[in-house]
Amino acid sequence: MRAQVATATQPLAHYAESFRGLQGSATTAPWFLRKLRQDGFVRFSDRGFPTLRDEDWRFTNVAAIAQTPFRLVPNGGRLPAPSDLAAYRIAEAAGEWVFIDGRFAPSLGSVRDLPKGVEVGSLANEIENNPGAIEPHLGRYLNIERDPFSALNTAFIDDGAYIHIPRGTVLRSPIHLLFISTAHNAPSVHHPRNLIVVGETSQATIIEQYVSLGRGEKVLCNTATELSVGDHSVVSHYMIEREEEGAFNISTLRIQQGRTADVASHSLLAGGALVRNNVHPVLAGEGGECLINGLFLGRHRQHLDNYMLVEHASPHCASRQFYNGILDGHAHGVFHGRIIVHKQAQKTDAKQTNRNLLLSDTAQIDTKPQLEIYADDVKCTHGATIGQIDEDALFYLRSRGIAEASARRLLLFAFASECLERMRAGPAQAYVENLIQQALGYVGEASRIQNHQESVP
Amino acid sequence: MSLLEIKDLHARVDGNEILKGVNLALDSGEVHSIMGPNGSGKSTLAQVLARRETYEITAGQVLFAGKDLLALKPEEAACEGLFLAFQYPVEIPGISNAYFLRSAVNAIRKYRGEDEVDAIDFLPKLRERLKLLDMDEKLLNRSVNEAFSGGEKKRNEILQMAVLEPRLAILDETDSGLDIDALKVVAQGVNAMRSPDRAILVVTHYQRLLDYIVPDYVHVLVDGRIVRSGGPELALQLEEQGYAALESAAASSGSAA
Ligand SMILES: Nc1ncnc2c1ncn2[C@@H]1O[C@H](COP(=O)(O)OP(=O)(O)OP(=O)(O)O)[C@@H](O)[C@H]1O
Ligand SMILES: [Mg+2]
Repeated sequence: MRAQVATATQPLAHYAESFRGLQGSATTAPWFLRKLRQDGFVRFSDRGFPTLRDEDWRFTNVAAIAQTPFRLVPNGGRLPAPSDLAAYRIAEAAGEWVFIDGRFAPSLGSVRDLPKGVEVGSLANEIENNPGAIEPHLGRYLNIERDPFSALNTAFIDDGAYIHIPRGTVLRSPIHLLFISTAHNAPSVHHPRNLIVVGETSQATIIEQYVSLGRGEKVLCNTATELSVGDHSVVSHYMIEREEEGAFNISTLRIQQGRTADVASHSLLAGGALVRNNVHPVLAGEGGECLINGLFLGRHRQHLDNYMLVEHASPHCASRQFYNGILDGHAHGVFHGRIIVHKQAQKTDAKQTNRNLLLSDTAQIDTKPQLEIYADDVKCTHGATIGQIDEDALFYLRSRGIAEASARRLLLFAFASECLERMRAGPAQAYVENLIQQALGYVGEASRIQNHQESVP
Repeated sequence: MSLLEIKDLHARVDGNEILKGVNLALDSGEVHSIMGPNGSGKSTLAQVLARRETYEITAGQVLFAGKDLLALKPEEAACEGLFLAFQYPVEIPGISNAYFLRSAVNAIRKYRGEDEVDAIDFLPKLRERLKLLDMDEKLLNRSVNEAFSGGEKKRNEILQMAVLEPRLAILDETDSGLDIDALKVVAQGVNAMRSPDRAILVVTHYQRLLDYIVPDYVHVLVDGRIVRSGGPELALQLEEQGYAALESAAASSGSAA
């Protein structure tokens, strides 16, 4: 009944058309890929876009996406000039791998410092040239049953990043994947699909950064990443969303963790009109640790939704979710954290904390923890706070001579930097710190605001 | 001209009049003490002078170094050289004490048209002041007042005063929560700051602190008014007799007014 209502109001026909176009054109695609896409499309067609009645989407209305006739970005558009990307490069990274509307654009990137044996490049190329490396992983982790956008992404798997880090490899510098949404004169969608496979006892930092170039018609970037982390490996993943304020961005990070693997997912949501970031780790091996650390900075009418599904599937694993939100104007933030502790996952230690600052009367936050516990020996805690700028702290700073505007920024930065402190020190952390300073209006003072690191030798 | 001149100051909060006509004058080089029972308005007076906006001024005037203090914002008052050591110092997670101190110093220097100091140039002076207050350097790398003990918070207030070198320092119950050794250290720190160019206003409930910081003048605030002024001997007298006699006197003068 409900499904009928949904389909009636959602113009899904053009997705079917795009889908037939993709499957028909790429006859060279291997069978496993065609099957994955087919399953994804069937699932998406059955389900349609989610509505507020879906438990996982209670706080986020995607009608604006559902009702827009998005078309796949056509192949072979003009590439931006390298100088247009200068502002987004991270000098200390191992290199940039640039994706224009989801397609790898090797000429715009550069490789500076990559250890031997590490592969970073295009998923499409790898599928074509080395499908045996892809088939065991692609689509194996992402849950297309639960999430319609993951199903949609899977239906349109075409290109994105492929990273393979062999066992025993330590990457000193972060890998920077730069995803650029370009402007078009009709509503456009792209579905970057990333696969990151990290072998055992390795160490790496991967940054996914989403930005926009130019302004045109509506853009939907519906991206999904499968990150498989081998036993004893240590991986930090960064999701940085800073597209223009009209953009739609739906992202899913699905993490599969081996034994005693230690994974951190850091997200900074600062751009976009309607943004949803799903983080879905499965702690599949004993003794795994997962940190999910997020900061969302919303203003105007931005809608920033942080959804986590943390699955404890093995004993002795620990997960930590820490999200801080700062919302101004009419911005709407969501923290929706679900923890599932499976029956065998004894001695689970799961914690979630969401702290929010609302800077205006019209800003809004929905925060919802959900626990589903099937094991009996577990420790799960959650807490959420919603507050304003601490007026006592503000007066204290001002009484020492610090002007009101600076004092406010200082307090906001202090609040935001709780997230920075949970990151490993290094180029990725420094980059995010800089972005936060920019977002909070620190321009010109940036070099001096390093308070949490200012130390007395 | 006095450094600070308070004339018939009335202030209220949430519709309740707390200060009911305070008159007081301080000169540079002097140490004054304001004593008074709980709830008499001591902290209100201190906070009004530091320009806390929650208090509504209904009458009166305050001149600070010839300027209309009540027209200044808190940060402007600070930059003009007014300092308040809080009765309840505020915890600010995420901002290191060292950074906070340097930001304050630089804000004030900027206001005065002086060059800012960087972390390295700032450190020697900071270390010297820490020593004066017998404080652990580790407190500099911690968030401002966060998880500080009561005594550490009070010392941290005096440290800020010592670094900012105000023209007028108001110390609100800086003695409360200190054991006798800590009290001596804090008093020593304050005494080291006594100078002909600086006035200090010590707000306290108990006479104890005044054994170590001997004031030139003592004023007794009861129910929002200064009911007695005198020399240091007034503090001793209050210690012996308590505030009760003065409170009943204030009540009768209040009803007569
Ligand atoms: N923000 C406020 N809101 C409401 N009432 C207040 C506020 N601040 C002070 N008061 C009231 O004003 C009166 C004076 O308070 P104040 O803190 O100035 O007294 P005090 O002399 O400093 O007392 P103590 O010795 O306890 O520190 C008290 O009755 C107090 O309850
Ligand atoms: Mg008081």
